[in-house]
Amino acid sequence: MSQVAEAPSSGSSDSDAPADASTYDGLALRQLEKDFGAFRAVRSLDLDVPRGSFFALLGPSGCGKTTTLRMVAGLESPTSGTITLAGQDITYAKPYQRPVNTVFQSYALFPHLDIYENVAFGLRRRKKGDVDAQVREMLDLVELGSQVRKKPVQLSGGQQQRVALARALINRPEVLLLDEPLGALDLKLRRSMQIELKRIQDEVGLTFIHVTHDQEEAMTMADTVAVMNAGLIEQMGAPAELYENPRSTFVANFLGQSNLIDGTIKSRAADVVTVDMHGIDVSVRADRTHTQGDKGWIGIRPEKVLIGEEGESLDAPGNTVPGGVVTDVSFVGVSTQYLVRMPWGQELQVFSQNTGRHRLFEEGERVELSWRPEYAFLLDASQDASAGAQKIDSDG
Amino acid sequence: MTWVRKNLILILGILVLVYTFIPIFVVILMSFNDPNSRLIYQFDGFTLHNWLNPCEDPDMCSAVRLSIGIGLLATLGATVLGTLAAFALVRHDFRGRSSMNVVIFLPMAAPEIVMGASLLALFVGAGFGGQLGFGTILIAHIMFCLSFVIVTVRSRLAGMDDNLEQAAMDLYATPQQTFWRVTFPLVFPGILGAALLSFSLSFDDFIVTNLNAGQTTTFPMYVWGVAQRGVPMQVNVVGTVMFVIAVVIVVGGELNSRRRARALA
Amino acid sequence: MASSAAVAPLAVMDPDTGRRRGWTGYILLLPAAIWLGVFFVIPFYSLVATSLFDPSGSDAKGYDMTYHFANYWHALQDYWQPLVRSLVYAGIATLFCLVLGYVLAYAIAFKAGRWKNLMLVLVIAPFFTSFLVRTLAWKLILGDNGFIVNSLQAVHILGPDGRLLATPVAVIAGLTYNFLPFMVLPLFASIDKIDHRLIEAASDLYANPITGFRKVTWPLSLPGVVSGTLLTFIPAAGDYINAQLLGSPNQRMVGSVIQSLFTDANNYPIAGALSMILMLLIVAMVLFYVRRAGTEELL
Repeated sequence: MSQVAEAPSSGSSDSDAPADASTYDGLALRQLEKDFGAFRAVRSLDLDVPRGSFFALLGPSGCGKTTTLRMVAGLESPTSGTITLAGQDITYAKPYQRPVNTVFQSYALFPHLDIYENVAFGLRRRKKGDVDAQVREMLDLVELGSQVRKKPVQLSGGQQQRVALARALINRPEVLLLDEPLGALDLKLRRSMQIELKRIQDEVGLTFIHVTHDQEEAMTMADTVAVMNAGLIEQMGAPAELYENPRSTFVANFLGQSNLIDGTIKSRAADVVTVDMHGIDVSVRADRTHTQGDKGWIGIRPEKVLIGEEGESLDAPGNTVPGGVVTDVSFVGVSTQYLVRMPWGQELQVFSQNTGRHRLFEEGERVELSWRPEYAFLLDASQDASAGAQKIDSDG
Repeated sequence: MTWVRKNLILILGILVLVYTFIPIFVVILMSFNDPNSRLIYQFDGFTLHNWLNPCEDPDMCSAVRLSIGIGLLATLGATVLGTLAAFALVRHDFRGRSSMNVVIFLPMAAPEIVMGASLLALFVGAGFGGQLGFGTILIAHIMFCLSFVIVTVRSRLAGMDDNLEQAAMDLYATPQQTFWRVTFPLVFPGILGAALLSFSLSFDDFIVTNLNAGQTTTFPMYVWGVAQRGVPMQVNVVGTVMFVIAVVIVVGGELNSRRRARALA
Repeated sequence: MASSAAVAPLAVMDPDTGRRRGWTGYILLLPAAIWLGVFFVIPFYSLVATSLFDPSGSDAKGYDMTYHFANYWHALQDYWQPLVRSLVYAGIATLFCLVLGYVLAYAIAFKAGRWKNLMLVLVIAPFFTSFLVRTLAWKLILGDNGFIVNSLQAVHILGPDGRLLATPVAVIAGLTYNFLPFMVLPLFASIDKIDHRLIEAASDLYANPITGFRKVTWPLSLPGVVSGTLLTFIPAAGDYINAQLLGSPNQRMVGSVIQSLFTDANNYPIAGALSMILMLLIVAMVLFYVRRAGTEELL
């Protein structure tokens, strides 16, 4: 059974039901599954990638995103399900028969060929004429025109990455797949490559599918992000949509950070839901409520929480929560991050921008927190509140 | 003095290396030897005679020709069979893998006398006792070269990044094109090295060959024969030539890859 | 055929090993497997059979299989001396090879820097000359009027009539020289893998260089030591070229006996029995040694 594989809500022309694969002008995955022996890597995936979009498949290691990518490339065969591209079923087509190209995580440049031949490889196999002009044009696009006759081993990591990109792009595939291509680069280089990739995609207009575990990278570059966990898509949509209105604890914790507070639902009205949060009534908008039961996780992002002295009247009308005690203060330059212990024992995170307009609080001070109700969201209480949270020893 | 202490190991190492070259210098020297007597093996005088008349003893040259012929054929056989087997071992699943690994390893470690003796036992038992010669020598040589080829090619193949083949197919190369344009060029140095190793193993083999040769004489067998009767100095000419060819190939290959590495940097 | 067999990612792959299932593997392997099976494995059984033939047979008449185990006893009785001698000489030569080889391998791995590959090449290069021609060269070097004998006589290590040729010294020296690469290469492979930083760590933890070697380098190089000594000892035990060219009949090794039993005496059953005995002894010693050394990696 397919899990949350909903089409993007606002900002997209699709309705909530997946489009008809046979006429869809983009990449359509239907009920895609992949088993490795007893291990189910991808479960019943349904996905639509519109033509010309920059699509990010985001998730932690082992969630199945790379496997999905490889199935689209033809490097793995699905156990069941279909893959359709511009109406054509390519589920079992061989990789060299698909109009799809891949930028590998390790670049996989041919060590025995120079840059020119690496980039020209695909063109030569398809016997496309005028190889020379196209190769030079592509190398100029990735700013490697001067390195034409060097071998891959002579180039730096960033240069190799651009060769890998050029080698794939030059074939003008219907879909370009990028498998964590920026993982091996250092921070500054990664940032500039992110901008570079986005620019190239804009210019070339091809469909890019970018697989990554770095949520900042996905949100920066992509038009649409699909968050994947344990073989399923948890939520899909524009980055802002996913960030501001997460529908599961996994998404809430994986993208940025969230405070999740347990509460009991008191009443549901047409446009607002009232929740009893340890004796305090908080309200959540109905379209940001994603649970049907009696209980729920009230979610609020740390940067949306306002911190003030006890009794101080904060940005009203908000949900005000008194009785907090500051237990940790971290000055991070741009902001100050507080941990505040609430009367019910939970420590909430508060990120306060250092605008200079109010003072910094100290450990041990009693404070009052508040937030505007339109920023809160409500999630299913049966979900694990720590799902998706980054642990100390996890990567990315 | 501290310089000596600091570099002691290196100095000792170089001394050992020099030790390995001493007989070679002797061989080269003796190739220019003008012997007073055939039986006393010592340096008497300098001459170019040996180099100018290498085939003074026609038996020696025919032995060399035979060894080269067998060497080339054995190399061909062992390299082809061994390369196929290496691909099978690295890329494919099959039962009996560990037994196969043992069978491949054993010829490299077994004492030659036992291998040669058992082959002879096979030939005699099968009724070919009277037909020992070129064929049986060739069979034996391919047999013991196979293991070395398999091990060499296998390690080269296993060290290859398998993403490369996937990348090739992603870039529209059919399996055939992928093999010839990506896999083969990358494995080739290993195959070449294995072939060279095979040839030198075959050319230089004595113990196994001696048992299974019948009346045929390879170069090592020739040297063995004349060692008692009096060694013609041309034997050292052959030895020197072998050494020079080997050094040129191996050192040349090494310097070539260094030159390429320097050009890259 | 090999090409598509070698590269077919959509063929059924075992998820754990990443290798392809199917018939192609067997087909690729078959020629080599058959060759080794017919010309290595089966001959072994032929040898066992030959060792049990009735010794009354001959090349012309043919042999009867009478399970004549007495062949083994006779072989042992008549030829135990060359047998023991071979094992002893090979053992001593292996020991010398270990010392010399370890020094050389260590020097190349740790101290050679940019010259590492070149030095490795130089180690192997002399051994591309014919084995026999090299050994003949030693005959000259160790000759009665040669530099070495004269020097040793001058410092009274050798008596005025002393010689090196036709003594065990010459044979062992020859064995050591000829089998040195078999020791150096596995040793080097093992020593080269040792992370230099481990030795730095030992030094940081108060170990002097000798202790560092004893506690870190040597144990980590053991796999190479084991495979090196095996690859040296086993062929050396069966060698007889060195003994024949550099030694006298007093240094006759078992390989020579087996050879002449086959070709000169045509006594196949005894020759076979002696070969089997040699092989069984070697296998026993190897198993004992490997178990004591406690390592399973041989290559």
